[in-house]
Amino acid sequence: MAANEPSEGLNIDPMHQFTIEPLFGSPDVSLLTVTNSTLWMAIVILGIAALTILGTRGRALVPSRVQSMAELLYGFVRSMVTDVLGDAGLKFFPYIFTLFVFILFSNLFGLIPGAFTVTSHIAITGVLALGVFFTVIVIGFMKHGIGFLKLFWVGEAPLLLRPVLAVIEVISFFVRPVSHSIRLGGNMMAGHAVLKVFAAFVPALSILGILPLALMVAITGLEVLVACVQAYIFAILTCIYLNDALHPGH
Amino acid sequence: MEAEAATLMGKYIGAGLASIAMGGASIGIGHVVGSYLSGALRNPAAAKEQTAMLFLGIAFAEAMGIFGFLIAMLLMFAV
Repeated sequence: MAANEPSEGLNIDPMHQFTIEPLFGSPDVSLLTVTNSTLWMAIVILGIAALTILGTRGRALVPSRVQSMAELLYGFVRSMVTDVLGDAGLKFFPYIFTLFVFILFSNLFGLIPGAFTVTSHIAITGVLALGVFFTVIVIGFMKHGIGFLKLFWVGEAPLLLRPVLAVIEVISFFVRPVSHSIRLGGNMMAGHAVLKVFAAFVPALSILGILPLALMVAITGLEVLVACVQAYIFAILTCIYLNDALHPGH
Repeated sequence: MEAEAATLMGKYIGAGLASIAMGGASIGIGHVVGSYLSGALRNPAAAKEQTAMLFLGIAFAEAMGIFGFLIAMLLMFAV
């Protein structure tokens, strides 16, 4: 790789942690290969199932700590959905809860040292964002037929401006899955790349290596916040886009 | 100069230019937090419920800087 200086200097390679590698067998990745990404997605699902299913198994009226965490998660997403979409939006609550919890747990589990961050790949976040995009289009046309296109016709603008605004609105509508996916994937990739670069400084500075190490601790704390905030942003943008499908027009 | 060295130079210069985006992102985040602080110092009682909006605003401003950083990383290591 071009960044590796041949003789001296640091060998900083922050991108190797994002490579998809098969867990066993031949080194080619095909459609059904079990890779490190598959493994960590399975760990994420097991973690979610452990929290929500095993945690709430007691069904106590006064919840235990774990049950309380699961209930807080549920209540948080439910209030977010009803705030943005109203009560009619609760039909979408399972979808939005799944998205939120999957992204939250993938982001957080990626911070474990040695773990692979599932959502750092555009392949994963792109599919999630395209799912939202097609859901919006399908639901919009199912509910409103051709009237869904009122989304692009800004009623409050002067008549001459409306075609121009319509073109701008269409472009920004189609850019949505791009920004939606890259925001999440880029944040995760950038966070882990930064951590890897600072980690390369630690052995290079010998005794002063305590300084980049302390900085890495601080950045990991920031990354925990970013993990939670990015999951929240993905979910709330999904709610806002679905709101466009349910109530098109401005 | 040969194509190999020219590509390398192009990559490094491109990565450096792409990271200028983070300057704008930091100004944006400072603006969001500054407005929140000035509002919160005038009306502390209403500040609590807007912390969610604060984090939302910070994340959106940050995202643009991250896009620039992403391009820089891709140019440096993945091209």
